[in-house]
Amino acid sequence: MGELFTVEFWDYFGPLLLAGTRDTLVMTVVSTVFAYLLGLPLGVLLVLTGDHGIRPHRTLNRCVGWVINVGRSLPFIILMVCVLPFTKLLVGTKLGVLGAIPPLVISAAPFIARMVESSLSEVDAGVVEAAQSMGASTLQLVWKVYLPEALPSLILGGSISIITILAYTAIAGAIGAGGLGDLAIRYGYQRREPAKMWVAAVLLIVLVQIVQTVFSRVSNRIDKRLK
Amino acid sequence: MRDSIIQIEHLTKTFGTGSSAVHALEDISLDIRQGEIFGIIGLSGAGKSTLVRCMNLLERPTSGSITVGGQRLAWMEPDGGSEKLVTVSEKELRLARRDITMIFQSFNLLMQRTCLKNVCFPMELAGVSGAQARKRAEELLELVGLGDKANAYPAQLSGGQKQRVAIARALATNPKVLLCDEATSALDPTTTASILALLKDLNEKLGVTVVVITHQMSVIEEICSRVAILDGGVMAEQGNVQDIFSNPSTDAARRLVYPGGVRAEQVPASSRAVRISFNGGTVYQPLIASLAIDCGVKVNILGADTRSINGHAFGTMLLSLPEDPNDAAKALSYIRAQPNVTAEEVEYHG
Ligand SMILES: Nc1ncnc2c1ncn2[C@@H]1O[C@H](COP(=O)(O)OP(=O)(O)O)[C@@H](O)[C@H]1O
Ligand SMILES: [Mg+2]
Repeated sequence: MGELFTVEFWDYFGPLLLAGTRDTLVMTVVSTVFAYLLGLPLGVLLVLTGDHGIRPHRTLNRCVGWVINVGRSLPFIILMVCVLPFTKLLVGTKLGVLGAIPPLVISAAPFIARMVESSLSEVDAGVVEAAQSMGASTLQLVWKVYLPEALPSLILGGSISIITILAYTAIAGAIGAGGLGDLAIRYGYQRREPAKMWVAAVLLIVLVQIVQTVFSRVSNRIDKRLK
Repeated sequence: MRDSIIQIEHLTKTFGTGSSAVHALEDISLDIRQGEIFGIIGLSGAGKSTLVRCMNLLERPTSGSITVGGQRLAWMEPDGGSEKLVTVSEKELRLARRDITMIFQSFNLLMQRTCLKNVCFPMELAGVSGAQARKRAEELLELVGLGDKANAYPAQLSGGQKQRVAIARALATNPKVLLCDEATSALDPTTTASILALLKDLNEKLGVTVVVITHQMSVIEEICSRVAILDGGVMAEQGNVQDIFSNPSTDAARRLVYPGGVRAEQVPASSRAVRISFNGGTVYQPLIASLAIDCGVKVNILGADTRSINGHAFGTMLLSLPEDPNDAAKALSYIRAQPNVTAEEVEYHG
């Protein structure tokens, strides 16, 4: 590992690392945003239509639940291959950062829906009932009770979602999506250059730590139940 | 006689169907008058909560009719050969609910909002402008004695203070009726007394009709003018509080007024006793009353050294257990099932 301390190593690998980090961040952030655009409404729908929800609807609830379970039971790497034609259709390429985003979104959205469902289920049923007794509509219950009351938990869930997506980007790297995962696999596995693999892996770990710390702090800070 | 504000006729509510059906309410008729404080009392499981939740249609009745402030909320209409229950539209119901608000045993405040924002909440729902809602919320907090807590969060308040915020919130839309479901059951006696005094005060100042649901006779005695006694989903008796207290005519009423069938002084002291420690829960006096009501077991207080700190009970109390071993066992297990209470049996030579 002595090469880590040479100028040549960083001259060559530094720019690759920078580009890889950038790619990983772009894939993660963009996929997270789109996955939440899909997963959040689905999670809300699950809670509202659940047996103890404010709009119980067995059929709809079971159907959405089933679709989510299917999405969740496919391993990411298989799902990625399955949706390749769809990816090509949607973003015009199967490769690179752009090509990784549709499978990341499709695979993370069901996961996020379940996270959101579990966060919203923690909201005290008595508080929801009190709001109903004051004449709140379903939409008002969602916007003014469920989401704000569950916000600290949603944010903690957000960190788990982001970290999961971050891990998926590394897998996406294996089929040419770029990013830190791609670097780690290319250098560690294909070229047998462990030093480079470790540097990329450490950067991934650091990213995960940063996300976890920041989100936990924010969640704690805004949670008014703790003070 | 004053005008009626809530009329309930032949109300029934059945949960479930077939062999698992629970008849929570059977043929209940009630007439609550404008401006009065009306009590509904009964043992746990008598159907009190179900009845009060029918009044604002949080619970959909199985049959019967409900009229609040002259507006029919639910009624029966012919349907082929029989009748079916019809309710107002959802939109009308949401409007009607501004006139019949509710407070709860567990306060049910929004934990992520300040007190002020909690009181603003029903006004936000009703589309009142922000500045106007704020101003009214400040006045209401002042009215319930919490003017200085506007920016505190519910987690920073004691139980009694939380209930005051809940009351302020319930009054925000200027309701005609305030429903209180076991509103003081989680509070210690001192706080209970102050909340009851507040309800009475608001009833006199604002003319709001108050419906008090409770399993505690003392609450009824304290503030109600008339009372209805529910027993196993059936209306056992209703009338003036004094009449019913001085001359309970049904078994259910007698059980509530004289739990255990005898007065406390007549209970012989036994040699079996139990020492109870209160570890910061919110009940101690009600424990003895609820022991009588829930298990029908009357116990004597032999000695007590309890203090209430911020609405939480600390200290110990010595109770004599009934002679009957079954009753004694029942009382013991009931006491042990209470949160924040530990009990140990001790020898007592009185
Ligand atoms: N949602 C429900 N589903 C089934 N049974 C219920 C439901 N709510 C209440 N019950 C039953 O109805 C009866 C009356 O309950 P409740 O009105 O809560 O009594 P109380 O408030 O007087 O203690 C009880 O037997 C209870 O188990
Ligand atoms: Mg109840």
